[in-house]
Amino acid sequence: MISLTSPVETRAHHWSAGLKLGLLSLVTFGLFFVDSVVFHGLFLLFVVVLYALPGALFFKHGWKHLKILWPFVLLVLVWHLIADELQLGLTIVFRMVSAVGLATLVTMTTRLSDMIDVVHWLTRPLQRLGFNPRALELAIALVIRMTPVLVSKGQSLALSWRARSNRRSGWRIILPFTVLALDDADHVAEALKARGGLINQERK
Amino acid sequence: MEKNIAYIALFAALIAALGLIPKITLGFGVPITAQGLGIMLCGTILGAKRGALAVLLLLLLVALGLPLLAGGRGGLGLFFGVTGGFLIGWPIAAYVTGLIVEKWRTGSIAVVSAIASIIGGILVMYLFGIVGMAIVLEKTFFESAALMTAFIPGDILKAIIAGLLTAAIAKARPASLLSRQAKAG
Repeated sequence: MISLTSPVETRAHHWSAGLKLGLLSLVTFGLFFVDSVVFHGLFLLFVVVLYALPGALFFKHGWKHLKILWPFVLLVLVWHLIADELQLGLTIVFRMVSAVGLATLVTMTTRLSDMIDVVHWLTRPLQRLGFNPRALELAIALVIRMTPVLVSKGQSLALSWRARSNRRSGWRIILPFTVLALDDADHVAEALKARGGLINQERK
Repeated sequence: MEKNIAYIALFAALIAALGLIPKITLGFGVPITAQGLGIMLCGTILGAKRGALAVLLLLLLVALGLPLLAGGRGGLGLFFGVTGGFLIGWPIAAYVTGLIVEKWRTGSIAVVSAIASIIGGILVMYLFGIVGMAIVLEKTFFESAALMTAFIPGDILKAIIAGLLTAAIAKARPASLLSRQAKAG
């Protein structure tokens, strides 16, 4: 499965994922305490420069993630034009795009494995309360493995529906789809148990 | 333990798959993604705790950067955007939906599941979503709520479908309906 990490290797790929996530939280939190439209405009410009630094391909990828924001940008701007408070509208839009932009930047420059290491570190205090980190790792791996399996099963279901009917399947197809997923879950549970299960992992 | 993990992981994958298969769109004129239906089913089928964990697991993977939400969206940006409140509300919505199905054991499972989906999957989820929108867009609660009214009819339809599907699954795979098991292992 493809992750949203950027294809272009940047210098930020080598920075610690925990540091990037910590900075992101701090900066985003801080953005809500500033009301100056000039500040937010300049900050957005700074974010755009960050996207431009690694080159055109990186910039294009970033743009693809951020353009889903345009309906909200339009909505806020029209709303505040009507209310005659354009300055406030611009502040909100700049802040929103900067916050989402920075977060997307962290996603684009951090590998999945580095992110999972951060999750490990974050859940360490929970281990004392009886949380089993192996269970979480196993669950993550299962979702990554089983999502494409379910997608392909869903596609064959839709195909067999189309072979038998000229009407759209609509929501009805979700029933056999869910039953397939439940059966898969039973098989996976049995397979895990047959291989010693999680209790065995804990003893190691 | 193994069964719990398998069910939680498979339901997280199911929600993702519901959003990734373009064939499954619920065309009723209003834009409806099947993923919201997946959240409701997590609650009605898996019950409160497992349902919420399945949704949390999916959100964790989305936050880590996997494109598992409808239309191949993913990444941390989604949590900081206008609809971030809805994502935060998702696990709580599944929990409340599941709790109602677990506690309310009289009457038809279809009706109970549909009502539970309306309370958990619509009321609770919108509460979080609207608060999130109000914060990001600097609007009042009611102004933000007004922006969401277009989606309510579609979501009520989804809740009814969730009820029908849960009843059908109760017949097809009674052992898999963890929300109604006497003592789930």
